[in-house]
Amino acid sequence: MQSDKNYKRYITAYALLIVLIGFFLSLNICIGSVNISFTEVLDILRGHGADSIHNDIVMQIRFPRSVATILLGGALALSGYLLQTFFHNPIAGPFVLGISSGAKLVVAITMVYCLSIRGSASSLLMILSAFVGAMISMAFVLALSRAINQMHMLIVGGVMIGYICTAITDFIVTFADDSNIVNLHNWSKGSFSGITWQNVAVMSVVVCISFVVVFFLSKPMSAYQMGESYAKNMGVNIELFRVLLVLLSSILSACVTAFAGPISFVGIAVPHLIKSLFGTARPIVMIPSCFLGGAVFCLLSDLIARIAFAPTELSISTVTAVFGAPVVIYIMVRRKK
Amino acid sequence: MEQMQKENYFFHTEKLTVGYNGVPLIQDIEIGLKKGEILTLIGPNGAGKTTIIRSMIQQLKPVAGVVYLEQKPMKDISGHELSKRLSVVLTERIRPEMMTCREVVATGRYPYTGRFGILGEEDNKIVDEAMELVDITFLKDRDFLKTSDGQKQRVMLARAICQEPDIIVLDEPTSFLDIRYKLEFLSIIQNMSRKKGLSVIMSLHELDLAGRISDKIACIKGDRVDRFGTPEEIFSEGYIQKLYDMDVGTYNEKSGDLELGKVEGNPRIFVIAGDGSGTETFRRLQREQIPFAAGILWENDIDYSAALALAADVISVKAFCPISESDMVRAKELINQCDQVICTLDLENLGAYGDKLKELYEYSLKK
Repeated sequence: MQSDKNYKRYITAYALLIVLIGFFLSLNICIGSVNISFTEVLDILRGHGADSIHNDIVMQIRFPRSVATILLGGALALSGYLLQTFFHNPIAGPFVLGISSGAKLVVAITMVYCLSIRGSASSLLMILSAFVGAMISMAFVLALSRAINQMHMLIVGGVMIGYICTAITDFIVTFADDSNIVNLHNWSKGSFSGITWQNVAVMSVVVCISFVVVFFLSKPMSAYQMGESYAKNMGVNIELFRVLLVLLSSILSACVTAFAGPISFVGIAVPHLIKSLFGTARPIVMIPSCFLGGAVFCLLSDLIARIAFAPTELSISTVTAVFGAPVVIYIMVRRKK
Repeated sequence: MEQMQKENYFFHTEKLTVGYNGVPLIQDIEIGLKKGEILTLIGPNGAGKTTIIRSMIQQLKPVAGVVYLEQKPMKDISGHELSKRLSVVLTERIRPEMMTCREVVATGRYPYTGRFGILGEEDNKIVDEAMELVDITFLKDRDFLKTSDGQKQRVMLARAICQEPDIIVLDEPTSFLDIRYKLEFLSIIQNMSRKKGLSVIMSLHELDLAGRISDKIACIKGDRVDRFGTPEEIFSEGYIQKLYDMDVGTYNEKSGDLELGKVEGNPRIFVIAGDGSGTETFRRLQREQIPFAAGILWENDIDYSAALALAADVISVKAFCPISESDMVRAKELINQCDQVICTLDLENLGAYGDKLKELYEYSLKK
């Protein structure tokens, strides 16, 4: 039977993704400016860590960072997948449509404001600001997509919005107080560094709830893939569904931006690679697998960002662009045929 | 025209006005059909058939008026409820990524599956049966995007069928089909309407097919439904030509034959035809742009309508009547004016009335 063959492929692919996550998670925790052996990491996790510095590196720096990479990478890929579904456009994503940059702008404003008044900013406030920024960009993109009904023009419009937001962000960062700049500068280029367990707790709540809601949308999503008219005929409440897609993709990419800044291309490259790996575009398969794929992609990218030119750390977008941009070009060339 | 008996209708419209952004395009549409009937919309390109269809299936908000399904205003029926009763095949091109034809067909089961859209055993059976019915079982593992337009159309029909509707709405379903599949497609629809009581609304470009399959036809012209009734009422002589504002050529309501415009001028060739033997010759002469005359034809001869459409001059005799002397005189006069005479008849095997034609041919040979 055809379906049995499909299930075997799905299970193999899922298993592969989970193994890769485990593998890269271990590497991310072991490798760095100080290399810590895998057995020592296991000891530390069991609470038998002998070296207190190593203990701190694993438990307070690398472990929360890696968990955040998994959650945010997954969120980013999922957000991209939702946007591609929404626009019926395989090269839509939170970064190219300017949604990440919009979130970045509002977060930067909030950060500068909070740091100058109180000296700190809470995770939740960051997510909220990012969400506001994401929604503002999204509103622009939606208005554009109504005015110009062409897929490539939509992307151009999104990129323009992204540039405008980035320009204003740079402006704000340049004129912020000196002491804040270092912090902001790293973040505004995109980085998983400096994430605490407290951050992880907040983001896991946001990401997990969003993930569950998205998963429950997999059925109307499969109808929506058939085009709006047919989806409507199948009884999908199109207006509600579209609103949900916009909200969820914005929340997910806002969450990523709030903690790690704008990260490019993951949202486009991962869903595409996952589709090829699984040989299907069925949402019910795609949603979990995009999440896992995004996690793998970001774990690998973060590893490279940290160790390629150690001790200097690259921004995460530098690495994701190197891997992601060729995938985007490939998609465009193939579609043109 | 048929009087509206709304209480008998399974589906009907009342003072329906359709258009975009509140601007009326077609007004006061009053059409309907009973359970198990087939209603076809015909009319020129751009007349608004698709707009009417989109309004009837609640994809487009009517400017005014109401669409009823079993006497219930359709806008009061929930999307989910409606999806179990009405399915569609639209002209909209879909581009589902990485979906096999079977998966596309299976989307028709959407209203019947659970929260995650997993197909049950029963669903799979219905999908397979629908594919069998439309003769696309061989396509089941093929990528939908890699099939021909005609195959896609049949996949979409199977999809609509496995949605198990009471009424199916098709917008120009036969456009991409070759003649074999046009007939198969329509006979599947006819079977389902006759045997299962499926009601059908569709728009068709093929007038001949529309006339054969439809129980009711609505003709859209300008800003209204110009005529609504049975094919017998619609296909009265000359109406189609008026409906489509045809200036060039002719349409024969009886046979569905289309002929290009006749070549005017003094006839240069006289064609002695009959029994269907002449039509090909008439068309050849039209292609060569040679004006010709035809005769002597009985008005019930199958050559007659083509002769009337293509010949510059036709000499005809009322059906089942003998050829009179005056007809013979006129024919001979015409032959005198022509450079050439072609006889497409087998003169040796004619009945009693054929003698006159033989005489005409012999007359032409002497000249």
